[in-house]
Amino acid sequence: MTEPVVEMSAISISFPGVKALDDVSFRMFPGEVHSLMGENGAGKSTLIKALTGVYQIDSGTIVVDGQPVSFTGPAAAQAAGIATVYQEVNLLPNLSVAENILLGREPRRFGSIDGRAMRRRAAELLDGLNLDIDPGSLLGSHSLAIQQLVAIARAINVDAKVLILDEPTSSLDADEVAELFRVIRSLRDSGVAILFVSHFLDQIYEITDRLTVLRNGRLVGEYLTEELLRIDLVQKMIGKELTVLDEIGRKAHSADGDGAAADRPAEYARAEGLGRKGAIEPFDLVIGEGEVIGLAGLLGSGRTELARILGGIDRADSGTLTVGGAGSKLRTPRQAISRRIAYSSEDRRGEGIIDELTVRDNIVLALQADRGWFRPIPKKRQEELAQSYIQALNIRPANPDALVRNLSGGNQQKVLLARWLAIAPRLLILDEPTRGIDIGAKAEIQKLVYTLAENGMSVVFISAELEEVLRLAHRVVVLRDRRLVADIENDGLTVDALLALIADGSVAEEGGVPDAPAAVSGSGAARASVADTRPDADTDPAPLETSGDRR
Amino acid sequence: MNALLLRTVSSRLFWPIVMLLVLVLINVIAFPDFLTVTVKDGHLFGSIIDILRNGAPTLIIAVGMTLVIATRGIDLSVGAVAAISGAVACSILLGSSDPGNPGTVAVAVIVALVISLVLGVWNGFLVSVIGIQPIIATLILMTAGRGVAMLITEGQILTVNSAPFKELGSGFWLGIPVAVVIGAVIFAVAALLTRRTALGMLIESVGINPEASRQAGVRARVLLFTVYAFCALSAGIAGLILTANQTAADANNTGLFIELDAILAVVIGGTSLAGGRYSLAGTLVGALVIQTLVTTVYTVGIPPIVTMVFKAAVVTAVCLLQSPTTNAAFAQLRQRLAARTARVKEAAAS
Repeated sequence: MTEPVVEMSAISISFPGVKALDDVSFRMFPGEVHSLMGENGAGKSTLIKALTGVYQIDSGTIVVDGQPVSFTGPAAAQAAGIATVYQEVNLLPNLSVAENILLGREPRRFGSIDGRAMRRRAAELLDGLNLDIDPGSLLGSHSLAIQQLVAIARAINVDAKVLILDEPTSSLDADEVAELFRVIRSLRDSGVAILFVSHFLDQIYEITDRLTVLRNGRLVGEYLTEELLRIDLVQKMIGKELTVLDEIGRKAHSADGDGAAADRPAEYARAEGLGRKGAIEPFDLVIGEGEVIGLAGLLGSGRTELARILGGIDRADSGTLTVGGAGSKLRTPRQAISRRIAYSSEDRRGEGIIDELTVRDNIVLALQADRGWFRPIPKKRQEELAQSYIQALNIRPANPDALVRNLSGGNQQKVLLARWLAIAPRLLILDEPTRGIDIGAKAEIQKLVYTLAENGMSVVFISAELEEVLRLAHRVVVLRDRRLVADIENDGLTVDALLALIADGSVAEEGGVPDAPAAVSGSGAARASVADTRPDADTDPAPLETSGDRR
Repeated sequence: MNALLLRTVSSRLFWPIVMLLVLVLINVIAFPDFLTVTVKDGHLFGSIIDILRNGAPTLIIAVGMTLVIATRGIDLSVGAVAAISGAVACSILLGSSDPGNPGTVAVAVIVALVISLVLGVWNGFLVSVIGIQPIIATLILMTAGRGVAMLITEGQILTVNSAPFKELGSGFWLGIPVAVVIGAVIFAVAALLTRRTALGMLIESVGINPEASRQAGVRARVLLFTVYAFCALSAGIAGLILTANQTAADANNTGLFIELDAILAVVIGGTSLAGGRYSLAGTLVGALVIQTLVTTVYTVGIPPIVTMVFKAAVVTAVCLLQSPTTNAAFAQLRQRLAARTARVKEAAAS
């Protein structure tokens, strides 16, 4: 076996309050395509940034090509032969292809740039990638895929030993992906070690030789791609968490112990053929009063997109939504809020809190916006609202005048929850409310969701942690590849069964995987219960089938 | 004691107020009667009163500008709107048979202000509906507005002879200059309107995080219309005061560069151009600093040609004092000095 070209050992990186990487080791071999796998917050991008010199490591060693290195910045990493192509193509569309490839390293002649040599060198590089475009043409005139390849040409110009591709396919179509893969393979065959990061499982299995899985900043393991079943991969990414929270789940399920299809809760909202091009295929969904619906699926599966349409954040371009018996078109979040539907974004900082405002202002914001600016909530009432939610949700510090930016992630999340609860929602949509917050706050939020549903509020709950979904949800809706693929009662559903449903299409595609049936046995049961407990089996069978069945 | 001092120094208003006091001190040294206010014919007179009166138009516009800036916007067209407002009022007065009639003046003022409001709605439309960047959207009216004012005045400087109109600029009410009274009223209205209702909080929310505000159901569009309309209205009022003071509408020069003074006043007052938290009190101090500065230039005898350079120097100083980067550098320097003193003491002790 060849020596690894990159060997990172026992890497740890901390940010204030978070251990982003904890004792992680990672290696790459020449002539291999390697992928880093993990959900949000697993530490993938932190590890990449450590390798490319963007972050300094707190402890551990990095060895490149047998030499211990200590990168002081991205330039140092580049000089060591580590080239990176980021998700967003960071090239200059108004310059020529050749200029982009050799930007900052232009061949010179008598002190000025040698245009001819530049085009020749660029042509050689493009030729090496089997790319037939004119080096003199403007970069902006080419498709994103070609621009992506030009970015690769630029990266490998410096005799790269290691090429890092961060989500290179996220904006490419199938043909363009094929073109990119052809280039990746030819680079791999020439001995370059390639790190390919993507959340498309199909692509991972098509192109990679080796996988390293991270979870919560820790190394789960390194595997040969062909030896790791998809279902096992998904399981390793999502993980099984031994938690102190199980009792909530037991309570939740004993509360509606019989869970039979017969006593379905009264219908609160119904989506029929609701969808949005490029975000989520049309789906049907019935939400009962006081029902908790868990959305399960990997990142990019469409779980957030579905939730955003329900919450009026994005407009649906097909289908109908009926809320409380009346048809309603939700065109803006404002309209959703006036119908008492609240969507709490997964992007807490970007789309949730107003960080320069106080806890009190953040809590009353949605309620105040709904009333209109000329009908201010009286100061006394604001104070009451803030105090009561600070107490009920145990927000720390318990100071309504504190700026939200100074609160910890968990407390910011609670402030956000308080904002939505203040409008007394009938339907509360929570997108990853427990991500990146500590276990205590997590338990409090789960308990809250349980209590709210007990009191008749409908909740749509998204989490990457399946245990959490199973603990809280009465029904679980599974999404894959931007499609709703299953809608099941959470009646004895197990994590394994859910994992199988999430990974299912992939297992089916693999075809000859020997122990797929064993892994899917849980899902077989789940599918049976799909048929059994579906509330309206006659009307709309299509979206309830799993795509695995269809294929 | 120390904690109180620290709180005072770290207040956003600390350095602007210090700057204002320093300027006043310079004036008192150069001109000992600077602070003296006398009563002549029942009217207040003195340098301070002059500063307040001459600073009123800038303050009025700066108040509107504060709200616009709080939404992450900016309004460059206020000078042009002031010119249009003045031109409209003067041309109505000139066209009437009796320009001295208070009724005619009232009509002229109301028409001028309605037109200013319409111009503000236009800015709000460009920014919130069409989605043009505020600096570009208002640049359109900044350049086109002077042309519109020229059309209204037909290229002439319109000199009016109307006693009631003149009162707006140089009159007195209960001994206080009318311009100062108007400035105080606008300031109070803005403060009450934004802080007694939820307007201020919603404006700040949109300025800090537009997408989060949208998801919380805040109607950013209505807010943007409101602040740009209010800003143009305040520009219109300032334009009337300026025109009345000169008893003439000058399409080219009325309110020239006043947008820059207004923006400076807002920035000196500690409101960030990046939007978000704003301080009307800060804007008041900022406007006073700018006007005192102009007066200082005259009292100290600095040649008027270099006034702008002097102004720039003071503004740079205030901004540096407020900047987090400089403050961090200062803190570091202080620490290093303290450490050195401690070392020296230690060495002396041993």
